[in-house]
Amino acid sequence: MPIPIDSTLGMLADNLRKRRSALPMGRRTRLAWTKGLGIPRGGETVLYTGQMWQMVPAINAMSRQLAKYENSRFSGVFRLARSVNRFVNLTPFLARTRAKERAVANARLRNVARLLRAAGVTFGYLYEDDLYAGTLAHDEGLDQGFARHARFVYSVLKAHGVQRVITVDPHTTNMLRTVYPKLIPGYALEVRSYLEVLAESTLPTPRPVDKSVTLHDSCVYARSEGVLEQPRKLLTGGGVRLSEPELSGKLTFCCGGPLETLFPGRSGEIARARVEQLRRASPNIVTACPLCFANLSRAAPDQVDVRDISDYLTEAYVPAEA
Amino acid sequence: MKSDPTFLRDLHVGAEFDAQLCMNCGTCTALCPLGIELMPRKLFRRALLGDREGVLGQKDTIYSCLLCRLCEANCPAGVHIAENVRTLRVALNRELFGLAEA
Repeated sequence: MPIPIDSTLGMLADNLRKRRSALPMGRRTRLAWTKGLGIPRGGETVLYTGQMWQMVPAINAMSRQLAKYENSRFSGVFRLARSVNRFVNLTPFLARTRAKERAVANARLRNVARLLRAAGVTFGYLYEDDLYAGTLAHDEGLDQGFARHARFVYSVLKAHGVQRVITVDPHTTNMLRTVYPKLIPGYALEVRSYLEVLAESTLPTPRPVDKSVTLHDSCVYARSEGVLEQPRKLLTGGGVRLSEPELSGKLTFCCGGPLETLFPGRSGEIARARVEQLRRASPNIVTACPLCFANLSRAAPDQVDVRDISDYLTEAYVPAEA
Repeated sequence: MKSDPTFLRDLHVGAEFDAQLCMNCGTCTALCPLGIELMPRKLFRRALLGDREGVLGQKDTIYSCLLCRLCEANCPAGVHIAENVRTLRVALNRELFGLAEA
């Protein structure tokens, strides 16, 4: 049996309504990346993670579980899981994360904060109120729950007096910049991706990164948010040599990530196809989205290195002591 | 096939469903990373004809769409393909799964 769509979407809807996240995590997990950075609380300009990087270890863990259940006779267990999940958050049990993956995800968020500081950008953070933007509920057509959630997230941002949001990933950027304004009358929030902010900032003189890479454009950045030139400008400005894959820019090819919940087998097939396209350009693949990173790195063979763009940018632009 | 005009009317409620712009050229199908022949142009045709059962019977196809918009970036008619697929998901969530309020 395939993964049952009704129970899976039902769990997602329940989690969003009761726990305000697709994969609800504890406070310690969500905020571990901030340790020692001393980012001030609140402010008119905030860095907003939307919990996306923090979810990557849980997404990986869930993906390993789902792959076991897809087309097995145990897929009926999802119906039971949905019933139990209404009362007990099952995410920590179903998605047992690995310490190494948590460390990698946290390092990416620390990279972003350090890059913004190196560029002289002043920002705060909302800590407990840095909420998931609801992308998965929107994409799966859970419109009522998504609209309710979007209004809540916006009310929290406004209660903190936030005027400008600097996002870390394409999905949160897309929700806060393009989707929320259609749902919320009088929406007033300036939303920029950190890549857009950095590309317009004066960065320190880089320590050139002597590496040839290929860039995998995120579908959402490329086709919905127009973030195409910024990652290229930042990478090449940092000395990285860039080779374009056969499908790039507005014609980029999906990483398969959107299917990993309901059709993990097909998701893996698309990811492997994309890795093959990219490795023909370079074995060093650069992503700019946590979900693309998760899906492509799971599909990549050992001789292919998948890294987030913030790794290279940090190496180039962040002074060693920062 | 049984045509139910209320199905198409329901799809339009609060949604930007513009599948009627489709010229049936097949560019979307040719480009789809999943290579599902049914999706999206034939699926939209069923929806436009009010073929409620025909659409509801394609749930795996409808939830398989990546919403990656590669088709949309190349659609000569400018159809909002991803949003249309999302609208079909809203309908399925309501009519098949009882998730209208979710």
